[in-house]
Amino acid sequence: MHETEILLAVVVATLRAATPLMIAGFGELIAERSGVLNLGVEGMMLMGASVGFIGTVATGSPILGFVAAMLAGAALALVFGVLTLSLMANQVATGLALTIFGVGFSALVGVGWIGTPLQGIATDIWPGLSKASPMVQQLMLLDPVVWLAILLPFIAQRFIYRTRAGLILRAVGESHDVAHALGYSVLRIRYLAVLFGGAMSGLAGAYLSLAYTPMWSDNMVAGRGWIALALVVFSTWKPLWLAIGSLLFGFVTIAQFQAEALGLDVSPHLLAMLPYLATIVVLVLISRDATRLKLNAPAALGRPFHATA
Amino acid sequence: MDARSLTPRLRLSGITKRYAATLANSDISLSIAPGEIHALLGENGAGKSTLVKIIYGVVRPDAGAIAWEGAPVEIADPNAARRLGVGMVFQHFSLFESLTVAENIALGLGASETIAELTVRIEEIARRYGLAVEPTRHVHHLSVGERQRVEIVRCLLQSPRLLIMDEPTSVLTPQEAEGLFDVLRRLSDEGCSVLYISHKLEEIKALCEHATVLRAGRVVGECDPRVSTEQQMAELMIGGALPTAHRAAPLREGRPCLEVARLTLMSDEPFGTHLRDISFTLRDGEILGIAGVAGNGQKELLAALSGERRAPTAEAVRIGGVAAGLLGPAARRRLHQSFIPEERLGRGAVAEFPLRENALLTVYQAGFVRGGLIRFASVARYARDIITRFNVKAAGIDAAGSSLSGGNMQKFIVGREIGTNPRVLLAAHPTWGVDIGAAIAIRQALMDLAAAGSGVLVVSEDLAELFEISDYIAVLSGGRLSAPKRTHETTVEEVGLLMGGKMEAGAGPAVADAA
Repeated sequence: MHETEILLAVVVATLRAATPLMIAGFGELIAERSGVLNLGVEGMMLMGASVGFIGTVATGSPILGFVAAMLAGAALALVFGVLTLSLMANQVATGLALTIFGVGFSALVGVGWIGTPLQGIATDIWPGLSKASPMVQQLMLLDPVVWLAILLPFIAQRFIYRTRAGLILRAVGESHDVAHALGYSVLRIRYLAVLFGGAMSGLAGAYLSLAYTPMWSDNMVAGRGWIALALVVFSTWKPLWLAIGSLLFGFVTIAQFQAEALGLDVSPHLLAMLPYLATIVVLVLISRDATRLKLNAPAALGRPFHATA
Repeated sequence: MDARSLTPRLRLSGITKRYAATLANSDISLSIAPGEIHALLGENGAGKSTLVKIIYGVVRPDAGAIAWEGAPVEIADPNAARRLGVGMVFQHFSLFESLTVAENIALGLGASETIAELTVRIEEIARRYGLAVEPTRHVHHLSVGERQRVEIVRCLLQSPRLLIMDEPTSVLTPQEAEGLFDVLRRLSDEGCSVLYISHKLEEIKALCEHATVLRAGRVVGECDPRVSTEQQMAELMIGGALPTAHRAAPLREGRPCLEVARLTLMSDEPFGTHLRDISFTLRDGEILGIAGVAGNGQKELLAALSGERRAPTAEAVRIGGVAAGLLGPAARRRLHQSFIPEERLGRGAVAEFPLRENALLTVYQAGFVRGGLIRFASVARYARDIITRFNVKAAGIDAAGSSLSGGNMQKFIVGREIGTNPRVLLAAHPTWGVDIGAAIAIRQALMDLAAAGSGVLVVSEDLAELFEISDYIAVLSGGRLSAPKRTHETTVEEVGLLMGGKMEAGAGPAVADAA
């Protein structure tokens, strides 16, 4: 009985740690499949985290908080879209600038909210949580956002490979010139993909500040945006691999906490590195095959589109 | 019925389109009858592509009117064109490499069908017109000819009433081209009009009923290609008498200058072709033509010969007797090998650099640099010499590479590579996209170089060109090279069969193709 409890706790904790990566990563995957490389994920997540937190505390409704966070992420993505798609600025430089902007702006917005207490959304949704048995308590930690993250890879797989919209998305990312010649509106599709990516980043950030560690502090995303970006590339733009990478990261994060709790005689800083390191190493090994990487990479990734006509 | 057939399917009147300083189309009028196969003839830059883009709704004209079956129309975008019944097969295929045939076709059609339903229709159309197409294959596995069939099937699925073909045979073997003509004639019999764009006159004579000739954006003449001679049409196109190239010196057996022995090299590109067991010898004073449809290993072979990719062993490639397989491009140039790459800007020359600096790029070893410093005066003289000798149309040696037309840039690059009297010259598609006048000048330059004792290797898709200038012809197909044959001992048909991948096993020069 006790072992099942521990196992359940590990599974739940892993899923929760993987959720922000899964959601932000999937948003970025869609944007990149359309041929746009947005390196601003970290910044958009931070905006989502601060705006989501403030929105929830101010309105008392986590749902409004999440919506506000998605809008904030999408707003930042819109800035990116205008700069890179309409004005054809360099995507890499603009994305980096977006992250720097997001780090600073989220800190500015959230400056009065550091240390404000907030109950986790799980407690909000299930009022009887604290009285339930430990097993049920664990299960109830799986809030709707986690369930969304669990379903996401399968939805994404179906969307990308089985629907017409997914086919058009892949086509635009493969060759914008051909898509344009066939009469598809490359810019409109890319704007939609980038905005969707921003909204998902905002949602992922808000999950961190509303559910994972219910509080706001500066730079609390702590590089997860970058990991999400790396996961997209190493997963060779495939949703199921992205899910596996996210779960791996989540699992090593939990293992690291356990190791610290057990009082392992290793520097906590080294342990804190572990999830990032392990994820990157494993994914590099997975995506070692250069041909496969080239085959699956959206061929037009990062290239500005200009309709020559 | 008569009244209907008198109404042209498409009538253009006074179409004008201006880009910045150039008038791409000026007051162009033409009309195409139902079921007619109409040729649009012209040199590169004559305005054919612009006109076709206007018809297909990719480009909006500045002035002029379009009438479709008698009614005036505005074609706002390709979707509008397709709704009218205009189908187009592009010169550079508009296919997505990583998608399947059916997915590619679905992207070009309306949204109502599932892939499964579409697959059935594709197979049906393919059977009806004898176009071999497999809906579930990925496009990157397909040969160029197969890709074109996919494009045609995509058009046919929309039951077009006007089919535009933009230089369709430039990538086909002669046999594949024949097959295409059969399909087009059949479409024409069924009442579909065809607008056929090409500069290959023999094809137009064989296929078309009517031709409109463009030069510098204007209609300069119309003719019936079945009646007019190729000479007449060519002179209409270039607006003057046709110069001819000729071989100056008789052939003599020279010493080997480039030897390739059992070269096998895996491609490092995902859709590349592996080179398999390639052997040939090029001798001083010879021109060896390598025929083949693009994508059969030409790029890989040229990279292996130029030194961009190293051979597995030093002995696999010998230049002037020196084992050079492991040497890089600069070292091979020091052995007096020159290289004219396929892409003019980007590999042959730097677009942003002025011509004088472009002149220096590959020949700096020929005494243009002393003590680490560039001798600008002699470089400038060299660049000026190229411009005069090859009649390059440019605004002087300070004009940027990108300001030249493709043909003029190519003449400049050919001049630069020939100017140092290389022992071996590798030329990749030397006249691709170059107009007739410049092409003749380039061919003449290659022949003169060979006559002066150099070995020249020409990779080209243009069989007529290879038969004109080469002493030997070999065919590259699927990464394998056929044994070089004397040009006068082989025929276009035989080479065409080899291009299609039919390597005769063990058959020597005894292939009696009396035809």
